Amino acid sequence: MQTSEPIITVRGLTCAYGRNPVLQDVSFDVARGEVFVVIGRSGCGKSTLLKHMIGLLSPVSGTIVLNGRDIVAADGDERLAILKGIGVMYQMGALFGSMTVLQNVGLPLEEYTGLPEEAIEVVSRVKLSLVGLERFGHVMPSELSGGMVKRAAIARAMALDPAILFLDEPSAGLDPVTSAELDRVVRSLAENLGITFVIVSHELPSILSIADRVILLDDQAKGIVAEGDPREMHLNSVDPRVRRFFDREARMPAPQPEQSVEIRP
Amino acid sequence: MADQSATTPPEGLVILHNMPEALALRLSGDLNAVSVARLWGPALSLVRGRSLASLRIELDQPGYIDGAGMALLVKLRAEAQANGAQVEILGLPERYRHLLDLASRAESAEAVEAGAAAAPRGGLGPLFGNLGEVLKSMRLVVCFVGESAQVVYLSLRHPRNVRWSDVLHSALAVGVESMPILLLIGFLMGLIMSFQSVITLQRFGGEIYVPNMLGLVMFREMGPLVTAILLAARSGSAFAAEIGTMRVNEELDALTTMGISPVRFLVGPRILSSLAVAPIMTLFFNFASLVGGALVMLSIGFPLVTFTSRVFSNVKHTDLAGGLVKIVVFSLLVAGVSCLRGLRTGGGASAVGRSTTGAVVAGLILITVADGLFAVLFYYFNI
Repeated sequence: MQTSEPIITVRGLTCAYGRNPVLQDVSFDVARGEVFVVIGRSGCGKSTLLKHMIGLLSPVSGTIVLNGRDIVAADGDERLAILKGIGVMYQMGALFGSMTVLQNVGLPLEEYTGLPEEAIEVVSRVKLSLVGLERFGHVMPSELSGGMVKRAAIARAMALDPAILFLDEPSAGLDPVTSAELDRVVRSLAENLGITFVIVSHELPSILSIADRVILLDDQAKGIVAEGDPREMHLNSVDPRVRRFFDREARMPAPQPEQSVEIRP
Repeated sequence: MADQSATTPPEGLVILHNMPEALALRLSGDLNAVSVARLWGPALSLVRGRSLASLRIELDQPGYIDGAGMALLVKLRAEAQANGAQVEILGLPERYRHLLDLASRAESAEAVEAGAAAAPRGGLGPLFGNLGEVLKSMRLVVCFVGESAQVVYLSLRHPRNVRWSDVLHSALAVGVESMPILLLIGFLMGLIMSFQSVITLQRFGGEIYVPNMLGLVMFREMGPLVTAILLAARSGSAFAAEIGTMRVNEELDALTTMGISPVRFLVGPRILSSLAVAPIMTLFFNFASLVGGALVMLSIGFPLVTFTSRVFSNVKHTDLAGGLVKIVVFSLLVAGVSCLRGLRTGGGASAVGRSTTGAVVAGLILITVADGLFAVLFYYFNI
């Protein structure tokens, strides 16, 4: 998969909230058409990294080049051009509650293209059918289930045919079956449309089934501690930090059996 | 301690001996939330605030000790130890011993935490801290009012960029839906003010002047003021809550990453619609108040034509125009600051509540301050 020029290049990225550094000197590439997953435990800086990559936060230092343009330095029209080339699915979907699903998907088209209303509706419907929601166009977001909201959010993120899709915790709050359905949607979009996915996740089954490549972030190291094929990593890595993530071993010592307390109702 | 030893201790608590230097208690039966509620006060009052050399607590057949029971033991021990006593707890079953240790550790951690939290308090620190916050938020409000004015200016210069359908929806919610309450308040205010004035002025035979006063007061002062207050309470709070909820749901982030400015997309239509409908609302309010006043004058025997001619001969065009200028400014302030509060919402449902309250309060303050400035201005320009 890594034959062509990388579509995302992150170099020397340092992020901080106030004086608390979260990530220090992080560098990585994402190849075109790859499903790239950022993994790690809660609080390791996954979401922070994502927020910097989509331009919601500005880093202390470093560059994030998306599709040939640095989003950190860009402003005005150039920033807009970058933003039009990416799509973001937020953790809870973030569909606009006052619009129907179809209007949600059509909003970016309405804002940025001169298409007539009729055409926008057709394009939006096509996007919805890509995620299997073609029959739910005229429903309000509040009437959709959690998994459908996320699929609709992916459809909206794809409205302008972006080259890169960012997904924030796609499996969060979903049951395993729905989560697997969403994984299939992601895989088929990556394979059929060649979209590059950057996904933040900590759901092991989902990571193993969709990711081409992962980076593992660690809150102690404040950066990447492992990079590569997740299945390979899962089977062969000997790094204790990698093993801790894949083997689900808690860092806190387990409670001693003799300390157990009799509990009576 | 004489008064306390005189009262009989509750069931389950026996004072074995109570000497100036040594105290021994027996707690019998289960120590659970029910029995501890009975024992807590009496038991602690025996220990609290007196220097003891030793405290002995005997537990008599404690079948079951729950969290409350542990808390009682820990508290008794901590109070006695704080006054320098040696504490002995007898008859505690082995299985509860580590629980007692755990509970005392939690107690000491709480003390440390409380100490740490108490340290920076006191003095004038919090006062100046709050003052800084207030100044900062005032600066924010001033900045945002400027930003709101800019939004209006840009919308009027580039009308194609405005989402006019959103403006229309917002105008319906702000204006049309508030019409019943607006007319009701206007009618009642006109009625009540005229009625009260008539009662007073009748003594001097001056009730004929009531329409003059009513027209002037409503058109110049009360019309814009009450409409703006209604706007803050009804629509300002809604703006803040809507935008605040969108912030919590990451919808504002979604807009930003779509390259759509939340200020243009969400704030613009709301401010424009408020600016458009607020003057109309004021006109309706003024009309309703005149109807109320007319009703009073008719009821005391004046013909309608007297009322209308006195109102309209006395109210000048500048009075009407001054009131309308006022409400335009008020509505910009109210809508702007409410949207600002919404945009500045933090995380969580309580943050939405706070920003809604903040929007209404800030709106009312701005209205009052602006009204004062207008009074000075109008006086100097003789309007």
